[in-house]
Amino acid sequence: MNPLRWRRFVNVFWTVASGTGVLVALVPLASLLWLVVSRGAPGLSASFFVSLPTPVGEPGGGVGNAIVGTFFMVGLASLMALPVGVGAGVYLAEKGDGPAGRVIRFTAEVLAGVPSIVIGIVAYGLIVTQMKRFSALAGGVALALIMIPSLARSTEDFIRLVPAALREASLALGVPGWKTSLRVIIPTALGGIVTAVLLAVARAAGETAPLLFTALNNQYWNTDPTQPTASLTVQIYNYAISPYEDWHSKAWTAALVLLLLVGLLNLMARLLSRNRMAGAQ
Amino acid sequence: MRPSTDIASARAGTTPARFAHLGDRAWGWGLTILGGTILVVAGLILLELGRVASPAFDHIRILRFLTSSDWDPVQEKFGALPFIYGTLVTSIVAILVALPVSVGLALFLSEMGPRRLRPPVAFAIEVLAAIPSVIFGLWGLFVMVPWLREFLQPALQRTLGFLPFFRGPMIGLGFLAAGLILALMILPTIASVTIEVLKTVPPALKEGALALGATRWEAIRIAVLPYARPGILGATLLGLGRALGETMAVTMVIGNSPEISASLFAPGYSLPAVIANEFAEATGDVHIGALASLGLVLFGITLILNAVAQILIMTVARGPRGAKA
Repeated sequence: MNPLRWRRFVNVFWTVASGTGVLVALVPLASLLWLVVSRGAPGLSASFFVSLPTPVGEPGGGVGNAIVGTFFMVGLASLMALPVGVGAGVYLAEKGDGPAGRVIRFTAEVLAGVPSIVIGIVAYGLIVTQMKRFSALAGGVALALIMIPSLARSTEDFIRLVPAALREASLALGVPGWKTSLRVIIPTALGGIVTAVLLAVARAAGETAPLLFTALNNQYWNTDPTQPTASLTVQIYNYAISPYEDWHSKAWTAALVLLLLVGLLNLMARLLSRNRMAGAQ
Repeated sequence: MRPSTDIASARAGTTPARFAHLGDRAWGWGLTILGGTILVVAGLILLELGRVASPAFDHIRILRFLTSSDWDPVQEKFGALPFIYGTLVTSIVAILVALPVSVGLALFLSEMGPRRLRPPVAFAIEVLAAIPSVIFGLWGLFVMVPWLREFLQPALQRTLGFLPFFRGPMIGLGFLAAGLILALMILPTIASVTIEVLKTVPPALKEGALALGATRWEAIRIAVLPYARPGILGATLLGLGRALGETMAVTMVIGNSPEISASLFAPGYSLPAVIANEFAEATGDVHIGALASLGLVLFGITLILNAVAQILIMTVARGPRGAKA
């Protein structure tokens, strides 16, 4: 084979090889999505969303309390994490160019990579050992600690997308810096900030490990922050590792519900960031 | 979009200069306090982890803790070796599988693939990244594990059975299952960071190679990959950090049996899995402390990995010394 044809062949070979990488990634993804839908959908019914779990073998029953528990704990976590996370993000974008900012940005990046089960131990130490029992509050604190660092970084990224010309125009008109930040920069970046928040909420809703020994589980309805609370993810886990066929199919249905919830949040985030940021750029 | 500048400018003239100054200072301090909470959170994590772990410190000899396989909480014997071994083996399998796949994926998406295919593939990778880990575990347990047992493991044993890694009973659950599910989960992390890194490679480098007559692959090999290499290493370390700490999916498919075996077909255990399984029903403060010490080990490893990864990725963004981007 002449050298040129050989080089062309090598080029085609690596193009195909990289395409194979795409296939290797997409086949399991397609299988996973298809099976969650096909095995989960038969169990979907209105009562699945509003009933309490039933013992093995008893027909009916649902994950109503787990859905409420997930919303409740993610809500608690958001109350704690949003002001701090978004605030820290604004700090990083507006004042974060000095050495202090660099240290804080680096810390946030590194914290975002801490395993969520470790965060669970921290929330256990902070709340469970003080209250002497597992509680929704402990679960909420764990989720909040997970949300804060990544929220700060993504908020910063979205605020930094605001064109410098907007800030300069405002300052040139004599508007003080703080007012420029509050009335010009942040409103312009609002779509992006909401996107960051939605992504953080979606991630928190899908967390299991930090809830196992903070919120534990609960067979009944609960909206008392000092009591153990069920969540969709822990419920899926318990159903999946149980030996009962009946519970396995409930795990698939609950997984479908969780996937829809997380998918919806991600979809909203995408739409928002596309519209708003398209305007700002 | 509604421009907000008009509101601000209308009021600007009415603010006396010294109040504006005061406002700036207050705003600056307020923001700095909010930013500082990140450091507070970091300190809190470290302190609480140490506090929960401390009751076990009198019962743990570091060397025994890291080298003994005798884990018996009732007798207060804490040897963590099987968990450390399982965490390392599954993470190595995950990296070995995920790295070539995700670098291929990243190159396909940013350099080699047809442009029309890029947006849907990029979207699929985002979907993969957004799926909660317990759902990966569910799929792994009921779909991948049976597939491993029926197809992949027999096939591996037939072709590569002379290696110690592919011997023994084929039950599906085990190191291989955990490693493969981890590979799938860290793939979006490595791929997306690699894509970001590839974006920072100055186009002039690649264009130069192409102009000299290089094929597309040659341009990537000569100009793009050498420049991006530290960043790809950083992406790999980020993926490794995620693999080491991943709990649910691994717990569901690794078999949860504290054994050390060269065979990837054997069941094992991992650091996060033992924390997840034993923490809520721990026998007492010392047991909890020992589990939190495992958490501390995990925290330390991931902290170092993430710090090194961040530094590597930053070096690529800045470009090599002497080069003008």
